[in-house]
Amino acid sequence: MAKSTKLKILWLQSITCNGNTHSFFSHPDFVTLMQKFEVIYHPLLDSVYSLENVINKKLACDILVVEGAFRETGMQKANQEIYAIAKSYAKKAKHVITVGNCSTFGGVFRLYDTESIGGFCFNDETPNEAYKLFKKKLISLPGCPAHPRWIGNLLSMILSQRQILLDNFHRPLEVYGYNAHAGCPRSEYFEWKVDSKNYGHKEGCLFYEYGCQAPYTHANCNKILWNEVSSKTRVGTPCFGCTEPYFPKKDLWHTNTLMGIPASMPMGVPRRAYLTITGIAKSFSIKRLNEPIIKYKK
Amino acid sequence: MKAETKRGKKKESIIKAALTLFSLNGFHKTTIPDIARRIGMSTGNIYNYFASKDILAQEIIKYTSEVLGTEIRKINQQETLSTHEKIHKIVEVYFTMATKKPEMIEYFLRVYLSHREVFVGECDKMICVAGFITEIMIFFADGVECGDLRDQDFFSAFGLFMGYLGGMAFLNGEAILPRALEDYIDDIAYNIYNALKA
Repeated sequence: MAKSTKLKILWLQSITCNGNTHSFFSHPDFVTLMQKFEVIYHPLLDSVYSLENVINKKLACDILVVEGAFRETGMQKANQEIYAIAKSYAKKAKHVITVGNCSTFGGVFRLYDTESIGGFCFNDETPNEAYKLFKKKLISLPGCPAHPRWIGNLLSMILSQRQILLDNFHRPLEVYGYNAHAGCPRSEYFEWKVDSKNYGHKEGCLFYEYGCQAPYTHANCNKILWNEVSSKTRVGTPCFGCTEPYFPKKDLWHTNTLMGIPASMPMGVPRRAYLTITGIAKSFSIKRLNEPIIKYKK
Repeated sequence: MKAETKRGKKKESIIKAALTLFSLNGFHKTTIPDIARRIGMSTGNIYNYFASKDILAQEIIKYTSEVLGTEIRKINQQETLSTHEKIHKIVEVYFTMATKKPEMIEYFLRVYLSHREVFVGECDKMICVAGFITEIMIFFADGVECGDLRDQDFFSAFGLFMGYLGGMAFLNGEAILPRALEDYIDDIAYNIYNALKA
């Protein structure tokens, strides 16, 4: 077999729902993109090697992708601790990508046991021992799941040796430099403080009562959209803040308030500034924003 | 003195004179010429600063709200104070104002609340008292966040707090209270805290 010059991707899963893998499968250019790499192992794809090969042969890899939450012991694949296997490949790889909230911060699985379960390099927002070892090559793609284009674009940037600028949690700024509120068609309702009356409605903002975390969640969901067409807030369901270390909060469908004031402010906005602006905005009644966008004939 | 500063000071002197007259003689009985006479200005010149008596009335409520709001903001920013201590200080600020500058509170009670037809348009709902309301909202939010106050609807807490203080200031203004307003500070702060605590 001729030796491949393609970058080698090793995709390892710990405990996971497969959500990030399936998300990536729906990338419109998935096949074309992946043909540019050599997938030495992926649990759901035809790969060059089997899991046993991965564990036993200590293969070479350029890009390690990890999916799912980790714990030091008790999560085994083929009778081997998956965290130990992932760390051994992370030492060799040029890039370590944690895909999804679980592998980045611990996500949903961390709620089961916050003492022992966490992300590959972070437990919530706290860096762990692995972080010290791999911080120079770590790229975080949190999300529940990560958007297919976040994964695809990152791989393309690595392929073309583009500079990848990261935030404090090692999230690429190209994606996480925005907040999920940017591009939301409900922003006019947010500005004028007009609440949504229920889920699934075209009108109203979901920030005040229905738990929307978009104004303080780092993601470009409303800029690039999901399945090329939509987003949670566009269809009238709140953003759950799935790219953040504190995900998942409890009571996702309800805004936590302090005597009527949202407990979490829009990103970087002081509470006093927010109240000053919204107090004025709410005093005006904008007729157009309190009516249905489309009045359907009965 | 820069022209802008000079103009600002002149505006403030008109507001202060009008505030006193409105509070003493009532909104309708006070005329622009009365205000002009009090500060030695021509009636026509007043209109260079305020286009109408209604607009002047709106500016006054904004002014009083800002003065009170600034005092409460200073209390909110003292992070070492407990919520009970903050309540005590807010009550103290309010009653001191009702005693030393009674026109500020009288204006709110006798003009702002009694002549709602004047406070419309740009003063609709609570816009012109936003400076004060914002600080009360912050006080409540901080109190709930630190676990001292019970979470509830803003207005149910606001009504209990400010309705109580306004009522006492009104009774004081009517000379009904047997004791000086400041004598009630401890008890009222205690009552408010107990009513709102978690």
